[in-house]
Amino acid sequence: MAEPLLQVKNLSVSVEDKDILKNIDLTVNKGETHVLMGPNGAGKSTLGNALMGNPNYIIKSGSIVFDGKDIMEESVNERAKDGIFMSFQNPIEVPGITLSNFIRTALEQKTGKRIRLFDFRKKVEMAMDILDMDHTYAERDLNVGFSGGEKKKAEILQMLMLQPKLAILDETDSGLDVDAVRTVSRGVEEYQKNQDGALIIITHSTRILESLQVDYTHVLVNGQIVENGDGSLVDEINENGFERFETQAQ
Amino acid sequence: MGKDKPIVKDIDRSMYDFVKKEDDAYRTEEGLTPEIVLEISKEKNDPEWMRDFRLHSLEEYNRLKLPDWGPSIDGLDMDNIVTYVRPNAKRMVKDWNEVPEDIKDTFERLGIPQAERASLAGVGAQYDSELVYHNVKDEAAEQGVIYTDIESALRGEYADMIRSHFMKLVPPTDHKFAALHGAVWSGGSFVYVPKGVHLDFPLQSYFRLNAKGAGQFEHTLIIVDEGAYLHFIEGCSAPKYNVANLHAGCVELYVGRNATLRYSTIENWSKNMYNLNTKRAVVDEGGKIEWISGSFGSHVSYLYPMSILKGRGARAEFTGVTFAGHGQNLDTGCKMVHSAPDTSSYVSTRSISKDGGISTFRSSVVINKNAKNSKSSVSCQSLMLDDISRSDTIPAMDIRTADADVGHEAKIGRISDDAVFYLMSRGLTEEDARALIVSGFADNVGKELPLEYAVEMNNLIRLEMKGANG
Repeated sequence: MAEPLLQVKNLSVSVEDKDILKNIDLTVNKGETHVLMGPNGAGKSTLGNALMGNPNYIIKSGSIVFDGKDIMEESVNERAKDGIFMSFQNPIEVPGITLSNFIRTALEQKTGKRIRLFDFRKKVEMAMDILDMDHTYAERDLNVGFSGGEKKKAEILQMLMLQPKLAILDETDSGLDVDAVRTVSRGVEEYQKNQDGALIIITHSTRILESLQVDYTHVLVNGQIVENGDGSLVDEINENGFERFETQAQ
Repeated sequence: MGKDKPIVKDIDRSMYDFVKKEDDAYRTEEGLTPEIVLEISKEKNDPEWMRDFRLHSLEEYNRLKLPDWGPSIDGLDMDNIVTYVRPNAKRMVKDWNEVPEDIKDTFERLGIPQAERASLAGVGAQYDSELVYHNVKDEAAEQGVIYTDIESALRGEYADMIRSHFMKLVPPTDHKFAALHGAVWSGGSFVYVPKGVHLDFPLQSYFRLNAKGAGQFEHTLIIVDEGAYLHFIEGCSAPKYNVANLHAGCVELYVGRNATLRYSTIENWSKNMYNLNTKRAVVDEGGKIEWISGSFGSHVSYLYPMSILKGRGARAEFTGVTFAGHGQNLDTGCKMVHSAPDTSSYVSTRSISKDGGISTFRSSVVINKNAKNSKSSVSCQSLMLDDISRSDTIPAMDIRTADADVGHEAKIGRISDDAVFYLMSRGLTEEDARALIVSGFADNVGKELPLEYAVEMNNLIRLEMKGANG
């Protein structure tokens, strides 16, 4: 089990000349679920963006090794092909391509093979059922006019269909009502169950974690990981919030 | 339809940019003189009135000045343009097998006979100055639909109808290139849809200009009678040459009471083309004109389809996209004239500019005094893909009644980095991501087109996005 998938060493990242992350170390093994928690503005999303390769996030120092390969110089789409996926906090609306066609295109890009429409449809519909998504969403333009909840579900749907080795969920639970959080975490469970994929769940609340099995928890404050623990750390944060860590960081 | 568009890959410019040997049967000298006009008239066996009409148009041409606004057309010298090139084919035929191999191959590469079999009620195909193929399916013919070349119509049972409509909407006095058209027009289509006939499948005319340094001046005349429906598609392309070619076509559309005409165009002239085209529709009471327009090609375009809403409750919609790449200056838009009460017009356009291309949206809405309770809405959005390209919006409004509801909205933007990042995070290359965003931007037109044309449009966008300067 302890086969390293992602190895982040001494990573410092800045955005628009502002230093955000300082000397982050993080190792995620295959199949593990990591939770990255911390108060607003701690730099959680910055880590997700840096791992995915967002060009607006400048790596100042450190290294990222994924599946045995240094990916520092790789473009966003190359990282996607390596098997990294990120569920966006604010998914972009793209008119002109349906959700279903977009997923098919992405899959074809990834595998380099044509995908049979019939098999594909069936798979999409099965995944949509897990997420309580009306099938008509598959034929709607990507995220266009989707509610906040449907956008998040569409992200999880893409994760289920693309089967990445590592999925980064950036605040996937934010802005969702209780039912939607439950549905989304059902999708995440499905991913954990079937695909043996690793997860980094970025969140500042604990609601999405209630029904998920968590291996490691990391607390990020002011751009630094101030505490590492197992799943029980989530419960402590649930009770006491981040105050203890924030004083610790000062 | 249009919702399930595949993303098409591997476009080959040769789809449009192939040159056939110039094997024409006959062509005039370069330039424009009364002798040349008479020669064309004789060659085409014009009735007398048409010969006089041509000569009169030539006089107008010589009298009228070039427009003092819009993109420069200094590179166009009429003395170098061959105005009439008759292809080496038998008179127009109804069977592709009778079309000479070279010409047939051209249209097959453009997918015309295939589209005809699949989804069209009739097809006309023009090669240089003349129609080489024209056919209308039996179902349409049985309903009394006439679809033929103008030349036959001029001499046949519809001669009077042609005479009473030809260049009545766009008179030769309208502007210099309308006059030029009147003098040297050749080819094009005539369509008549009788009262109450609803044609389920579109008709399509395709115009191919193969001859280097030549002009194409086809005339399209469509009459949709009371309560009838027609979707007409026109397509055009040419291989690229290093000398100027000229297109000065003319489209006149008559939409009867409660009739609807949808007129779709995917224009992909080569980038040495001066596209100085004039299109106009007049709409009777309760009728509707729907323009769908994709402008991708040409070096310089002046194109502003005009809708005259003549009858009470007449409506016009214009949905357009213009893509100006390297070396292109495309001045496009539309004109809406409200001349009756309760009329409405709706304009939605997108313009894209890239690699130094210039795209100008120019619109004019006129609401006359009697057009009470009329509505007009104009929306144009521009997307600039880099810092060296240009996009301008020039909307004009002339409202002569207080009792009208008029709105205008314009937006200029760029592709957002966030959107590119989002799409790339799913494995799309940067080029594909940007092309997808641009196709989406142009989807106002894409979703109005039949599937295969929407695919062709997305192909053209991808081609432009690849930065092919061809």
